[in-house]
Amino acid sequence: MATVTMTVNGKSRTGEAEGRTLLVSFLREELNLTGTHVGCDTSQCGACVVHVNGEAVKACTMFAQEADGAEVSTIEGQANADGSLNTIQQAFQDHHGLQCGFCTPGMVMSAAALLKDNPKPSEQEIRNYLQGNICRCTGYHNIVKAIMAASGQDVSAVAAE
Amino acid sequence: MYDFDFEKPSTIDEAVAALSSEGAQALGGGQTLIPTLKQRLNMPEKLVSLTGIAEMKGVSSDGGTMKIGGGTTHGTVAKEAKGSFAGLAKLASLIGDPAVRNRGTIGGSLANNDPAACYPSACMATGATIRTNSREIAADDFFDGLFTTALEEGEIIVGVDFPVPEASDYQKFEQPASRFPLVGVFVAKHGDRVGVAVTGAGEDGVFRWTEAEEALAGNFSADAVSGLSHSADGLISDLHGTAEYRAHLIGVLTKRAVAAAS
Ligand SMILES: Cc1cc2nc3c(=O)[nH]c(=O)nc-3n(C[C@H](O)[C@H](O)[C@H](O)COP(=O)(O)OP(=O)(O)OC[C@H]3O[C@@H](n4cnc5c(N)ncnc54)[C@H](O)[C@@H]3O)c2cc1C
Ligand code: FES
Ligand code: FES
Repeated sequence: MATVTMTVNGKSRTGEAEGRTLLVSFLREELNLTGTHVGCDTSQCGACVVHVNGEAVKACTMFAQEADGAEVSTIEGQANADGSLNTIQQAFQDHHGLQCGFCTPGMVMSAAALLKDNPKPSEQEIRNYLQGNICRCTGYHNIVKAIMAASGQDVSAVAAE
Repeated sequence: MYDFDFEKPSTIDEAVAALSSEGAQALGGGQTLIPTLKQRLNMPEKLVSLTGIAEMKGVSSDGGTMKIGGGTTHGTVAKEAKGSFAGLAKLASLIGDPAVRNRGTIGGSLANNDPAACYPSACMATGATIRTNSREIAADDFFDGLFTTALEEGEIIVGVDFPVPEASDYQKFEQPASRFPLVGVFVAKHGDRVGVAVTGAGEDGVFRWTEAEEALAGNFSADAVSGLSHSADGLISDLHGTAEYRAHLIGVLTKRAVAAAS
């Protein structure tokens, strides 16, 4: 066991981790931040995407001890200070970018990473960026639409198929 | 996953010392190793993370050589090689997905030598040199069959030096489920030396298609290879494609790579 300290959503958090403890297990089980989901546990689905030092990573494929001293942001830190949904989250709600919501934390975190690098992505760029985020419900269409809307683009012409 | 001790040294020397103990193994980005550990296919006593070693990260150019640290992520390679080394930038930008590219490293990919990994083809086609903590190894001598390389126990890849080609391209025909290449072809032109290397197809892993290299050396055009076909002997046959199908893809992708090279 080792003591691991990281800044999670702006607050310093400390907990215990074995060598094999995954970052996602540390967040969920040690820090009780269960918004980050585990869908596949095999680096395929992206339900576990969080940001480590500003970059999107799959928290099921990184050890907690690797994030010692890092800045981590998770879905729990995305809402505005007053508790209202942030722009991306609100766009997912407005454009029905989720059904069961299982993939949504990862989708929102991936979308946030994309928009940081590319503030006005095209539909194709969004689809390429989401290659590692799998959704079983929505067919992706409304997720892509929500991300376009969140980046301030007009989505009225995007058919609601 | 079985448990293990975890160490994160900050210099190459410390990492080499930590790796000298029995049962120790290097950890790069973990994008291959962690899934293997989860399946209990591997049982190290200690993992030595290389991700805290600043001297193993980053891309620099030195004359006509691009020097890439062994701990550099695919995402960084994609960004840094853009503009000056088109084929390599494209190759890196097509590995996995953005989150995988933010962790996975070039050194980990080369050390692993998956028969369908992308980077080995770029190393072979350009005649790159793999630098370890103790020596330099030419790409032609590095890859040694499936998941096997010239690396000794505890030896780590600290960097890769690529002679930057005048023109290069990588064509990846994706296996749609894994998104690894079913076949990938890297073409690199340095004056009249042309390298053509194929991944995903060989039963012994990555290889150079010398017949195409010779045809392209005098005439770097898609026409120069349109009459060539690769034999299916020694190629992989599996549920995703027969050896004949892969042989056909090698021809098609080589032509496309030459036509697209920049
Ligand atoms: C969803 C997904 C899709 C992928 N798609 C592709 C693809 O299309 N093409 C492709 O090429 N790859 C693909 N990969 C693999 C990816 O490129 C890995 O990042 C890479 O194979 C391993 O690099 P790593 O740094 O993660 O190494 P690790 O997983 O940490 O290590 C792999 C092996 O290399 C050893 N090692 C690590 N670093 C070093 C070093 N510097 N020196 C010596 N030994 C070292 C380790 O001990 C281990 O045996 C994919 C992976 C995933 C999860
Ligand atoms: S749970 Fe991490 S990618 Fe699926
Ligand atoms: S909303 Fe159900 S998996 Fe995406």
